[in-house]
Amino acid sequence: MNPFSSETRLRDMIRAIRACKTAAEERAVVRKECATIRASVSDNDNDYKHRNLAKLMFIHMLGYPTHFGQMECLKLIAAPGFPDKRIGYLGLMLLLDERQEVLMLVTNSLKQDLNHTNQYIVGLALCALGNISSAEMARDLAPEVERLLLFRDPNIRKKAALCSIRIIKKVPDLAENFVNSAAALLKEKHHGVLLTGVQLCTDLCKVSPDALEYIRKRCTEGLVKLLKDVVNSPYVPEYDVSGIADPFLHIRLLRLLRVLGHGDADASDCMNDILAQVASKTESNKNAGNAILYECVETIMSIEDNSGLRVLAINILGRFLSNRDNNIRYVALNMLMRAITVDSQAVQRHRATILECVKDSDASIRKRALELVYLLVNENNVKLLTKDLIDYLEISDQEFKGDLTAKICSIVEKFSPEKIWYIDQMLQVLSEAGNYVKDEVWHALIVVISNASNLHGYTVRLLYRAVQKSVDQEVLVRVAVWCIGEYGDMLVNSVGTLGIEEPITVTESDTVDVLETAIKHHTSDLTTRAMCLIALLKLSCRFPSCSERIQDIIVQNKGSLVLELQQRSIEFNSIIQKHQNIRSALCERMPVLDESSYSIRRAGSLPAVASSLQGSAVTLPNGVAKPSAAPLVDLLDLSSDDAPVPAPSQGNDFLHDLLGVDLSSGLSQAGTNQTQKSGTDALLDLLSIGTAPASSSFSALDGLSLGQGTDTSISALSGLASTSTAMPATQPSSLVGNSPMVDLLNGFGPSEQIQAEENNAAYPSIVAFESNNLKMTCNFSKQPGNLQSTLIEANFINKSSNVYTEFIFQAAVPKFLQLHLDPASSNTLPASGDGSITQKLRVTNSQHGKKSLVMRIRIAYKLNNKDVLEQGQISNFPHGL
Amino acid sequence: MIPISRNNKNSGHLFPLIQRQILSPPLIIIIPSSKMIHFVLLISRQGKVRLTKWYSPYSQKERSKVIRELSSLILTRAPRLCNFVEWRGFKVVYKRYASLYFCMCINQDDNELEVLEIIHHYVEILDRYFGSVCELDLIFNFHKAYFILDEILIAGELQESSKKTVARLVAAQDSLVEAAKEQANSVSFIISQATK
Repeated sequence: MNPFSSETRLRDMIRAIRACKTAAEERAVVRKECATIRASVSDNDNDYKHRNLAKLMFIHMLGYPTHFGQMECLKLIAAPGFPDKRIGYLGLMLLLDERQEVLMLVTNSLKQDLNHTNQYIVGLALCALGNISSAEMARDLAPEVERLLLFRDPNIRKKAALCSIRIIKKVPDLAENFVNSAAALLKEKHHGVLLTGVQLCTDLCKVSPDALEYIRKRCTEGLVKLLKDVVNSPYVPEYDVSGIADPFLHIRLLRLLRVLGHGDADASDCMNDILAQVASKTESNKNAGNAILYECVETIMSIEDNSGLRVLAINILGRFLSNRDNNIRYVALNMLMRAITVDSQAVQRHRATILECVKDSDASIRKRALELVYLLVNENNVKLLTKDLIDYLEISDQEFKGDLTAKICSIVEKFSPEKIWYIDQMLQVLSEAGNYVKDEVWHALIVVISNASNLHGYTVRLLYRAVQKSVDQEVLVRVAVWCIGEYGDMLVNSVGTLGIEEPITVTESDTVDVLETAIKHHTSDLTTRAMCLIALLKLSCRFPSCSERIQDIIVQNKGSLVLELQQRSIEFNSIIQKHQNIRSALCERMPVLDESSYSIRRAGSLPAVASSLQGSAVTLPNGVAKPSAAPLVDLLDLSSDDAPVPAPSQGNDFLHDLLGVDLSSGLSQAGTNQTQKSGTDALLDLLSIGTAPASSSFSALDGLSLGQGTDTSISALSGLASTSTAMPATQPSSLVGNSPMVDLLNGFGPSEQIQAEENNAAYPSIVAFESNNLKMTCNFSKQPGNLQSTLIEANFINKSSNVYTEFIFQAAVPKFLQLHLDPASSNTLPASGDGSITQKLRVTNSQHGKKSLVMRIRIAYKLNNKDVLEQGQISNFPHGL
Repeated sequence: MIPISRNNKNSGHLFPLIQRQILSPPLIIIIPSSKMIHFVLLISRQGKVRLTKWYSPYSQKERSKVIRELSSLILTRAPRLCNFVEWRGFKVVYKRYASLYFCMCINQDDNELEVLEIIHHYVEILDRYFGSVCELDLIFNFHKAYFILDEILIAGELQESSKKTVARLVAAQDSLVEAAKEQANSVSFIISQATK
């Protein structure tokens, strides 16, 4: 069998693989072939090396592993014959890359081949070196390559030139060795050598300032002359591409001139004429000509200023832009983007055409054009451009709407000349593509609306109209719901009508209709529905006539499967029913949102977890003073992921939600301030007062609310809810009283008095919960070696003189905790401390060391056959559990 | 641009003919960062890889990922759109010739139009070499397609603008191989004679 007839067998294998119907079949064939090749490799079967490697390359292309063939490449390269070397080098380039260590083994063979007497073998070695050499190889073989730059055959010289490029990129300090020979290449006649020589000079100039200086001085004139010759050369069939002699050489010469002319007035002067000639004489009806013009424009833009040439260049781009060929328009947009820094006026002239490109059917072009339009916007043209873009938004492709919306919003925010325009544009965007608008954007819109007090009526009427038409645009609905909640009365009474508005008559029940539709609409998500509930609550106060209807709508959500909604509706319902006296205060309009602090926050921080107590809290749309860095995101306290696991919704939850406080932030602060804190008073957490006096937390609570009530005209709760500064912790000391807050708590009594008991154990026991009737103490222990989990032994003591029966203890923890309850020792609690119930709990803290334990509890029992329910929160767990 | 002839479907998986000056557009060449062309890819309409040449270092894993990403990006583009797609901060210039896409990856600021010419240059040389090249030629003689590419590009840079020179160099090396083959044949003939 002769070693060169491998072709037939390679063909057979390819045929067999192609005949495979399934991937599994193909794998089977490949596996079999690989096995044969391996066997042949281990037999060191010289006859088939050549063929085996060819097969391996094919298998490699299909994506199968072929590393076992790497050594075969090296063997073939070391073989004496040309055919072996040819396939060996090909395999080397295909199967290996520069990062494989095997490559080092080939350096010696390469060195020999670079000195081979057969020029084709030298060529193979140069090609391999140029394509995959590592820095070490480049250093080792640089002298050989340098010598080959002077080789007698031009085909070797050109390969050596490209090899040199690889070498100087891998090892830039070798650059100076190549400068002289590279400059010499520029005097050649052979186009291949010229082409590569020019390229080598360009790369030398990029890596070495000395080389740049040298070539600029010695070669600029020669290059200009060379370009002139090429431009004016007669028809040469060998190099002709659609009527242009060697466009590749043109392009490389222009590129080198660009490097030489950049930052050097003399060199730039020298090339002005020829650039003008190329720019004006090159045929632009073929791709090759346009490629040259492209390069020429680039060069004109980067060399030293010559206004005449620049006009020429911008005109070329203008022609490109109106070309019917998509490719040409694409590059025109790309280049205009770079030209904008040089001459933005000139680019502005093409605005209309560029705007057309935004509407192109080609995604690549649209994307470029949109970027460019974005750069073109300024105070003068913003209205025009925005109008156009918004008009287009209506008909644009779905997948483009996201990009387009983001850009429009950004333009509107950046350049809006007045608030009414900003609001108009944003509402249009929301109506067209509300679902693509990012949260920050509509949050910012709400801040702006809140600040434009003269536009409240106008905005709410506009939104009312818009939301009738575009029910599906979730974000639009949210903004509308918020505004209706805040300014619904202006809608009905047509307050603050602007001249430009069409008169509109809206009744109170129309307004409620909008909210009812929104809350029931199938696309509305949790946030929207929750916002609707708040808006309804506010309206119930503003539209007394609709109060009952609103209550009905709210009550419908009592059965919602979403805890958040269920809870809210129960709470709001109770406000409407039982707390008329504070309702109007609760439903006050939001104080104006602070624009500056909002924008700072937006710029400076990611919406994440609340961190600093000290920073002045931002007033949020629903009136919460909140130290969080996530101003609006948490506005509805929907971050229930972080919040403790939902316990039955009463008591604490009520206030949490009403105030919209992100519970987790309060808790994490509670954790850090544990030692000074009195513990379970959720309200203090809510208010983010980490340094409350360790004593009577409850009076502090009353004091707070009352203090607010007297200090400000608004009443206690809304005072709490909307104060924009963090509550000073000192205030509570002054006042004690019976504030509405207590009512709100519905007798959820003084259950949270805590004394921190110091125990000498590793972890002190605590009184976790105490009410008039009941006291719960906790002892802690840890199993050695398992820091995350804690054993808690809870003891319950009956302080009353009646027996408690059917005693049930329940607990809930946030997600980062895992809770396991063991059965309680009994379900009957004898009277007067005459015995106790012991309940063991195991808690595993997955964030041990970062977060402290926290737990919400509920205790149910029967007292004289009457159901009693007590609940509370334990957050005074010792540190380090 | 040179008009492109598309062969009709009955030519099966054959690479459509490239007539003088008429190229159908299926070769793909892609090249990465500091060099002009980062890599060259040839993908069939069905997403089969016909040729890959990497001038920038990509691990085997990255290579398959690149191929997967680009196939789905390029093969799904409608006809008549521009020949450039933006991808991972690079640009991929592609052109379809009959059933094959030729793709080359270049940097953001490189001359896309020139790369289109380079693709065309390569296709014309293949066409001359094989005589109306088709996809099957490139499947069964994939190594020849590589040899030709190696005479056109080194290190992601163009080395020769003359199609004639490339053809001559490839032919010269082919004949070296032929000569060696003949010699070997005769030697093996002698050996087989001798051992009889």
